[in-house]
Amino acid sequence: MSDHESQPPPPAATRRRLLQGMAALPALGLLPRAARADAPPTAAVNTTGLAVTDDTVTVGILHSVTGTMAISETGSVEAEKLAIEQINAQGGVLGRKIKFIQEDGASDWPTFAEKARKLLVQDKCAAVFGCWTSASRKAVLPVFEQYNGMLYYPTFYEGLEQSKNVIYTGQEATQQILAGLDWVTKEKGAKTFYLLGSDYIWPRTSNKIARKHIENHMKGTRVVGEDYFPLGHTQFNSVINKMKLVKPDVIYAIIVGGSNVAFYKQLKAAGVDLNKQTLMTISVTEDEILGIGGENIAGAYACMKYFQSLKNPNNEKFVPAFKKMWGEQSVIGDVTQAAYLGPWLWLLTAQKANSFDIDKIAAASPGVEFKGAPEGYVRIHENHHLWSRTRVGRARADGQYDVIYETADLMEPNPFPVGYQ
Amino acid sequence: MLMGYSLADLGAIFAMQGFAGLVLFSVFVLMALGLAVIFGQMGVINMAHGEFMILGAYVTFLISKLFAAFLPGAFAIYFFLAIVLAFIVAGALGMAIEWLLIRHLYRRPLDTLLATWGLSLILQQVYRSIFGAREVGVELPNWMMGSLHMTESIEIPINGLIVMAITTLITAAVYYLIFRAPWGRQVRAVMQNRAMAGAVGIDAGRVDRLTFALGCGIAGVAGSAFTMIGSTSPTAGQLYIVDTFLVVVFGGAQSLIGTIASAFTISQARSTMEFFLSGSMAQVVVLLLVVGILMLRPQGLFVLKLRR
Repeated sequence: MSDHESQPPPPAATRRRLLQGMAALPALGLLPRAARADAPPTAAVNTTGLAVTDDTVTVGILHSVTGTMAISETGSVEAEKLAIEQINAQGGVLGRKIKFIQEDGASDWPTFAEKARKLLVQDKCAAVFGCWTSASRKAVLPVFEQYNGMLYYPTFYEGLEQSKNVIYTGQEATQQILAGLDWVTKEKGAKTFYLLGSDYIWPRTSNKIARKHIENHMKGTRVVGEDYFPLGHTQFNSVINKMKLVKPDVIYAIIVGGSNVAFYKQLKAAGVDLNKQTLMTISVTEDEILGIGGENIAGAYACMKYFQSLKNPNNEKFVPAFKKMWGEQSVIGDVTQAAYLGPWLWLLTAQKANSFDIDKIAAASPGVEFKGAPEGYVRIHENHHLWSRTRVGRARADGQYDVIYETADLMEPNPFPVGYQ
Repeated sequence: MLMGYSLADLGAIFAMQGFAGLVLFSVFVLMALGLAVIFGQMGVINMAHGEFMILGAYVTFLISKLFAAFLPGAFAIYFFLAIVLAFIVAGALGMAIEWLLIRHLYRRPLDTLLATWGLSLILQQVYRSIFGAREVGVELPNWMMGSLHMTESIEIPINGLIVMAITTLITAAVYYLIFRAPWGRQVRAVMQNRAMAGAVGIDAGRVDRLTFALGCGIAGVAGSAFTMIGSTSPTAGQLYIVDTFLVVVFGGAQSLIGTIASAFTISQARSTMEFFLSGSMAQVVVLLLVVGILMLRPQGLFVLKLRR
């Protein structure tokens, strides 16, 4: 970072700052500067040349809004913009309004890396909210570590990663998987499991953890089948027949994207009644049900940390606010909520550190609590993941989940689980 | 893996597995037929085939919304109207595309490849702008989503039966059009010798336009049918395109019979192997077999003798 300090700000930024200053001139005479009075001086909160002025701080939003992943990432963008707007409405961060620069990763991992570099090097963003797939996160990680940026990553993922420069606001695999398996074994008396997944790192790692838990950590349970399908696979009749032959107590499905739709439609068409056959998934949020159709998945169980139907005062404010901004029809899935946490956690951390400096934010992050989270209460762990509750929901025909179980305690994030690898 | 199950169980599974293979066969034929018509009869490699399919799916989606809003009483049968409209809309777009784009590129086959690939990107973004990036859920009438109970353990998916019926109809219609109707004779004449066909008074340009429209229309029907088994999103067409090309190339590009034979071989191989191996491994084995056979027979399974 030392070379950044010695560099003068690029001319474009100076010009922008001048323009902003001029635009603010007429307002100065009219408004009392109460909000600014308690804002700490820029030189104190920004010692490393980030894009922080006396009244604004610039952050980045980096998601795919075009390409395959746009389906999934749109919700995250919406949640992050909502959070930023709400934070600005209550006075901003350290007395400064948040300005955001949005870049499109275009579902292409090298593009993610390039845009991340642009947001850090050229725009000097104080924080970046973004990425969705593990592949995109892996692509930007070296960039964030090289240029010392701060990434808030919203998706539940396979774990096996920890970085000073990333806060993981979704659950890592053990948080999402273990409690659900324990619950289904206890409540449904399940003994046999059939593991399914799309063929890439997240489902494979997650199923590996599930298998270890089923075989080594629970009593009398076993895995009777495990199958993977290429991303985008659309024909599931053969595996459905296989499952009909094996008759597992639980189908454990981690299928993603368009394949999801094909899988649940064909399951229903093959006469598998999800009210009789227990199916648990960790990959279908309310977002995915829009495409699958509620009538095709009603009765299935999903295990994650947030459902839109969650009843608590925070969520009862969050859901209407989201719908007011993005339309009555919009739904909020687990990742969308996790994306909403990002700007808030950053705000709370900046207040705790009384600084925007990346090193201070990274150091101050562990222990930061967010009591206003729609999912309830979260706290950042030393490993930069979140302590959070895990919940089991049951899909209804209208595309929402009934929350039927939640863990009594916060689940500890454990991205490098011993005995599960 | 077959040890320890009763004979009745095994019998039921084999029956259903056989049916699953037939459904997959119908799906492959349906998605490959439009491409085979265009590729085989015109030599145009239509990379936007998947997007024409998704156009059919979006037409179905719109019709389902219209019926749900204005004609809820007739919702149970909207699907048949949707299929016809999918054919007309996709065919009309195909005709327009042929006139605007393809006809300028007949002498440059590699450029049609690039042009249609660009077209597929454009169409994807158009769908994204109109319908949003998310998948849309096409609600189907209840009677189409259930299954027929044959015995205690044999259940036949109704949507599979519908796909098979549509495929049979379309295949018969295409066979009649190309091999029995006077128009098909013109199509084949243009394919075999464009200059000569023109000399005997066939309007080759018009034949090309209609052939391209027919291929795109069939893609639209396929997309409409696939709302029963798959997803509808701007990029969902990409899910089908690889299998589609695989079937057409393996069958021998110029031969409709070859397309059907190749769809049968690939679907049976895949559905059997998916039962005994994992889904991804089955894919690998099938692709290896196809590559192996194409090394021995580069022209595909069936070839027509052509004068070039």
